[in-house]
Amino acid sequence: MAVDAPADMPLLWVLRDLLKLPGTKYGCGIGQCAACTVHLNGAPARSCTITVEAAAKSRITTIEGLSVDGSHPVQIAWMDVDVPQCGYCQSGQIMAAAALLKRTPNPTDKDIDDAMDGNLCRCGTYIRIRQAIHKAASLNHPMTSKPAAPTKKKAAVAAKKGGL
Amino acid sequence: MAMDRRSFIKLTALAGGGMLVGLYSDAGAQAAERGRPAGGQRPGGPPPLAPQAFISIAPDGTVTIMAGRPEIGQGVKTMMPMLIAEELDVEWKHVKVTQSKLENKYGTQFSGGSFGTPGAWEPLRRVGATGRHMLVLAASQAWNVPASECTTESGRVFHKPSNRSVGYGEIATKAAALPTPDPADVKMKDPKDYKIIGHSTRGVDVPDIVTGKPIFGIDVSVPGMLYAVFHKCPVFGGTVASANLDEIKKLPGIKHAFVVDGTEIKGNVLPNDPGLEPGIAIVADSWWLAQSARGKLKVKWNEGRWADPAQSSDAFATRALELSKQPPTKTIRNDGDVQSALKGAAKVVEGAYSYPFIAHAPLEPQNCTASFKDGKMEIWSTSQIPQGGRSMVARLLNIPESDITLHMLRAGGAFGRRLYNDYMVEAAWISKTIGAPVKLVWSREDDMQHDYYRPGGFQFLKGGLDASGNLIAWDNHFISYGEGERFAPWGNMSAEFPMKAVPNYALHYTLMPLGVKTGALRAPGSNAYAFVIQSFLDEMAHAAGKDPVVFLTGLLASPASPTGGPPNQGGGMNVGRMRAVLELVVEKSGWGKRKLPKGTGMGVAFYFSHMGYFAEVAQVSVSAGKQVKVEHVWVAGDIGSQIVNPGAAENMVQGSIVDGLSELMSQEITLDHGRVKQTNYHQHQMLRMHQTPKIEVFFNKTNNPPTGLGEPAMPPLLPAVCNAIFAATGDRVRSLPLSKHGYDWA
Repeated sequence: MAVDAPADMPLLWVLRDLLKLPGTKYGCGIGQCAACTVHLNGAPARSCTITVEAAAKSRITTIEGLSVDGSHPVQIAWMDVDVPQCGYCQSGQIMAAAALLKRTPNPTDKDIDDAMDGNLCRCGTYIRIRQAIHKAASLNHPMTSKPAAPTKKKAAVAAKKGGL
Repeated sequence: MAMDRRSFIKLTALAGGGMLVGLYSDAGAQAAERGRPAGGQRPGGPPPLAPQAFISIAPDGTVTIMAGRPEIGQGVKTMMPMLIAEELDVEWKHVKVTQSKLENKYGTQFSGGSFGTPGAWEPLRRVGATGRHMLVLAASQAWNVPASECTTESGRVFHKPSNRSVGYGEIATKAAALPTPDPADVKMKDPKDYKIIGHSTRGVDVPDIVTGKPIFGIDVSVPGMLYAVFHKCPVFGGTVASANLDEIKKLPGIKHAFVVDGTEIKGNVLPNDPGLEPGIAIVADSWWLAQSARGKLKVKWNEGRWADPAQSSDAFATRALELSKQPPTKTIRNDGDVQSALKGAAKVVEGAYSYPFIAHAPLEPQNCTASFKDGKMEIWSTSQIPQGGRSMVARLLNIPESDITLHMLRAGGAFGRRLYNDYMVEAAWISKTIGAPVKLVWSREDDMQHDYYRPGGFQFLKGGLDASGNLIAWDNHFISYGEGERFAPWGNMSAEFPMKAVPNYALHYTLMPLGVKTGALRAPGSNAYAFVIQSFLDEMAHAAGKDPVVFLTGLLASPASPTGGPPNQGGGMNVGRMRAVLELVVEKSGWGKRKLPKGTGMGVAFYFSHMGYFAEVAQVSVSAGKQVKVEHVWVAGDIGSQIVNPGAAENMVQGSIVDGLSELMSQEITLDHGRVKQTNYHQHQMLRMHQTPKIEVFFNKTNNPPTGLGEPAMPPLLPAVCNAIFAATGDRVRSLPLSKHGYDWA
């Protein structure tokens, strides 16, 4: 996908306003809430604090590209568990969860807390988010059941700090 | 709620052979009689008689149900259609739900005050039952059999004696041509036959949420749309003296930059509806370019009367303490003789309580899209009270409301913030000024610095016990905000429990002028007063040497009659219902039955608000370094005879507990010379996943009409945790947030 954008424009606004992919959400603009989480080369990243220039060479995946038809195991689990209240943070939560399960197919509660702690939910659906991640793991889907990559710890730390 | 004879059904045949049923009732007016919805602008005059929802049935049997109220994350877009589908007797999997636009024929389209369930329960079930009644009648006439021999199931009418059946879609046109019965006369189901009500049902928008579909207000895109920011003075009401707009207009992508004078703001107390506030609009062909241009703005403001050292948080605290020692401005209630009772008491306890201003900060920042063309306005909004916004826009632009089309979009949270339509009038004004469609998006900083804050307050309490440890006196000097005797919005307090449970009770107040807007935040009033009242009751219990549950149960023994006050705050409480949820939470939590390690304690509190009865127990451990871990919260609630959507209800209660913990630990808006100091979430924090306790939710179903759940589970959480901290450490928390006292999450 090609786009004309100022080099310092955050990836979030390129996605939302120029490429018309509004599934990635604006919440704070300073990497505090993670509603804007996308994958850069498979790892979770806060698109509000990354310029389009810095992201341009990466493989970028947004919620719209996570699956063709909502069949990613995390999406299925989110529907089964009926996670959302308002739903505004959930695309960011789902992207963070999908990245976690790619690294760690069978996460413990602690793994989940570490990976998801940067994602705020104003409605407070954390208990269901955790439940849905366990459920997604139990689906044993090829998209989440690859062997854990050796960089798993590093990636978890980066996600917690809110940037890559 | 009883149906009355003014209700009637409107029936229209749909092109293509469907039927359309709408219930006209004055449910809105009845809700208004029980207590005004929380805050917000009210459209002029009483709520009109209007339909609460519509049903249409296509020839293939697909049922489409209109959702008429704003969906702000509380689940009405799913729950209200469930009520209709149940009584219509169709399968939920055959139901499609469509969000209505704002149209007068839908009546009051308002979300707030936990009014959704109580307002919808009776009339929307009658909508479904009336539709079913007419479909049965149509089938029985076609078969020439008595309607009484016909039954329905899963969207079909059956005549068992002749072994015939017909799908709703096949007879919908015929049904639509029949005269409409009075909905009060139609038979409704026995609750034991419910197949939808009481069964957990997934939110209708969840598939769109998990795939990132553009369903929120901020996702709206219309052809030719430009993007706007609106830059306001950091001090409320401040106007633009001068600005470097010529420079701004030369920046990349900037289409317009102009000063908005605003409409006049009248009155001494800041009203809910200040009209259009002054500021500078910058419009660009992307939001980022408009927002970036703000960084280069150089504005000279006329800050006005509120840029005053007295309008600072520290100054308010100092002033409140001074005022507490002076006679109050006014007394709200004075039962018995509090002063004599305190003089004669065996023990007197004094507690100076306070709580801060708080921002709503829903995750989706305020936004609105407006398109003014050929004298008519089209608006896409997440407002909780879009009728109020439409009325404001009509008055501002001097156009009739009938020339305004308003689309209701899903809101990324609201919590009361979207009861105020400031963003809507700003977007409308900007669109009209530039003559193009525009999407106004506030930055998070705009949202945090230009909120209608939960008002802070100070309460100076004295309680008296007799020699047996009975509560005999309760005196409260409430120092709040406002001018003269007039409270700032939601800075008011009414006499409430333990009024009537204590023979000598007094509530007085004194006000301090305030230069920021205040408004309704989830469980308005209650979210602060529960902390004060239930913490101080816990102090009194310990002073009396009694177990808090024993002490509280004693106070709930009388009066037999409900307590006073407005029903959306503490008024109208039935002590028997509250006693039952207190007993339930005591049983479920094992209160007093488990030995807890040193540094761990349990606290209990209850509160009645928004017609809901909630008692909660928190188990909390506190380290020597004041690190708090809320380990477990037990919640017992009574919201009537049915939990319409149990899964969503549990989610809502758990979310209420999480919200309460966020407020408790660190949320605080502070003022300095009328300016809000906090800018973003790092300074006004929410709870995170690893801090979330185990939360167990129990409902005590009672023979009462079902009531709402957006708010009442939240208020008791704050005192339950503070009382647990006292049990764990001996430290009594009398002012919030906890972080001010050196506490942090473990």
